[in-house]
Amino acid sequence: MGESIVLEIARYSPERDAEPHLETYEVPLRKEWVVLDALNHIKDKIDGSLTYRWSCRMGICGSCGVMVNGEPKLGCATFLSSYAGRKRVRVEPLRYFPIVRDLVTELGDFLAKLKKVKPWLIRTDGPLLREGEYLQTPEQLDDYRQLSMCINCTLCYSACPVVGLDALFVGPAAIALAQRYNKDSRDRGAKERTLILAHPDGIWGCTFVGECTRVCPQHVDPAGAIQQYKVGSALAWFEGLIMPKKRRKTEDRHGAAAD
Amino acid sequence: MQQPTKVPHYTKYHPRWFRPRVSVYWWLGQWQYLRFILRELSSVFVALTVIMTLLELRAVVQGPVAYARFQHQLAKPGVILISLISLFFVLFHTITWFNLTPRAMAVKVAGKRIPEWLVAAPNYLIWIVVSGAISLLILRG
Ligand code: SF4
Ligand code: FES
Repeated sequence: MGESIVLEIARYSPERDAEPHLETYEVPLRKEWVVLDALNHIKDKIDGSLTYRWSCRMGICGSCGVMVNGEPKLGCATFLSSYAGRKRVRVEPLRYFPIVRDLVTELGDFLAKLKKVKPWLIRTDGPLLREGEYLQTPEQLDDYRQLSMCINCTLCYSACPVVGLDALFVGPAAIALAQRYNKDSRDRGAKERTLILAHPDGIWGCTFVGECTRVCPQHVDPAGAIQQYKVGSALAWFEGLIMPKKRRKTEDRHGAAAD
Repeated sequence: MQQPTKVPHYTKYHPRWFRPRVSVYWWLGQWQYLRFILRELSSVFVALTVIMTLLELRAVVQGPVAYARFQHQLAKPGVILISLISLFFVLFHTITWFNLTPRAMAVKVAGKRIPEWLVAAPNYLIWIVVSGAISLLILRG
């Protein structure tokens, strides 16, 4: 056997354990192997009971998120060789989520929060669909394109201490997703989303730690989306103070803090 | 084979999720979280600096004797130490927030988002100009 590396993996069996514990496994250190390859190797060759999520192996499905040495990472995009100098690499389930088994976390609360921000195009005024598609310029597409890259990997939730400390906080990805629709020229739902977002559990819960943006594998920049929403909300409120009529018009068109 | 640590009790046919507790020291383990807490803490020193400046202005208004007394207080070792710590935190506060401005403001010119450094740069420029103007005023006066 050539070079190897030791993985410390958090194991938790709800039937047997009161709390998670670490187990160590020695795996080959191959240049082209990512953490997910090591987990697959362990499952195939050493311990078939190891439980974790994965699907695409190429950073698209967002299901293989784990903590690697305390950092939220995609297992399929984190090369083992970057930890070659370390004695051990610790792999744990994503922080701040309930643990179902080993590295598998419970996502029900996250999915409920995503749904809460109404992440779909809201359009009640015309034109009707049969009259043709909504046209959009490349600039209008650019307004929200980056925000639409989210793969729901939840790494940003694990990087955000507010998520851990305040269970009601809507969280980075959900707010970024809401902004993705608010910034879409075809959407008219910003006002509806404001009720959820311009709230102490929404944007005002964010203390701008900024780690969500740093760990995001898709460069979505949720921290930026949240701060821009805050600025938009504050400006809309201020505008309402000095020009109440104009505010009403803007809200009717885009919602209080569309941009 | 792993032996059961304690007998867990869980609802049958429903997974017993383990809910990890968040330690009150969550910010100590990693530099990026410690830096965030320091940035929050820096507000206290910013407030302290503002209070000191207001006290200084009051001493100036009260006349040369009051100002000399205030300066004497400032020269005490404890006050110098606090001033140095405040200076460090005020600089830390200013620089970190200036650098974060591009995150909060997506400034567009002719439909294109301008580079992040261009959004942050005016903050530094205004800082330098205002500091220079105040220094000139004090040194000449
Ligand atoms: S915003 Fe980024 S880190 Fe958060 S869920 Fe989406 S892709 Fe993952
Ligand atoms: S397995 Fe799909 S993102 Fe990693």
